[in-house]
Amino acid sequence: MSGSTIIFYLLALITLGSAMLAVSSRQIFRSAIFLLFSLIGIAGLYFWLQYEFIAAVQIVVYAGGITVLIIFSIFLTAKSGESLPKQKPARLIFSALSVFCGAALVMLQIAGHSFPVFSGDAILPTVGNIGKQMLSTEQGGYALPFEVISMLLLAAMIGCIVIAMRSKPLLK
Amino acid sequence: MMEPGLYHILFLSTALFFTGVYGFFSRRNLITILMSIELMLNSVCLNFIAFNKYVWPGKLDGVFMTLFIIAIAAAEAALAIAIIINLYRSHQTIDVSSGEEMKY
Repeated sequence: MSGSTIIFYLLALITLGSAMLAVSSRQIFRSAIFLLFSLIGIAGLYFWLQYEFIAAVQIVVYAGGITVLIIFSIFLTAKSGESLPKQKPARLIFSALSVFCGAALVMLQIAGHSFPVFSGDAILPTVGNIGKQMLSTEQGGYALPFEVISMLLLAAMIGCIVIAMRSKPLLK
Repeated sequence: MMEPGLYHILFLSTALFFTGVYGFFSRRNLITILMSIELMLNSVCLNFIAFNKYVWPGKLDGVFMTLFIIAIAAAEAALAIAIIINLYRSHQTIDVSSGEEMKY
């Protein structure tokens, strides 16, 4: 058993364990912190797979951006220290059961499927290669989706401002 | 314990996805539902990267899908939080059942 294997299982344990705590903790703030650990574990997995650029994007956008946004919205909407109300046991049991069945089905499918083995030259996922293909307008380039995504981000930003704008109270 | 490969990562991301589905089913608070959705999106990204590394390393398509999913997830989270804050402002709660009157 090599060091790489140990690191993989450690990262998997961190990711999965904190994800489970994030969906089961009744303190909403703790739940957000466990989500942060889970996202950092996934970034570690990207580092383990040697996709360093994706790992950096994951840390910047998810761990740095979305988690902070979620924590701020928790502060804005919930009294900190107040735990969530208990759920009905029937709801928990049925959701656990359906999730278990779904996971078992998907895992059986994966275990029974054999994936093709790649032969040929590999393209390294360096920043240069990613940037060249993303901004290329030739066959296989991603220039159009890139522009569409930038329009989508702009639209989402304007939409957020419009939705969250304080309007005059209608019913009072 | 074997040397980890494609199957290990696929099993891990399946477990992560269904952890998110469990949170989606069992929670009533909108912010925790949003966090479950983030977990599901992350497991999908992990799948794309694993396929790109082990099945088609001759292309970078998985990397681009992951980058676009991350960008869309950021937009989605910002929009969802704007809606949640607006709902809290008008109803003083962010329970999913508080938005029920919108259907009338």
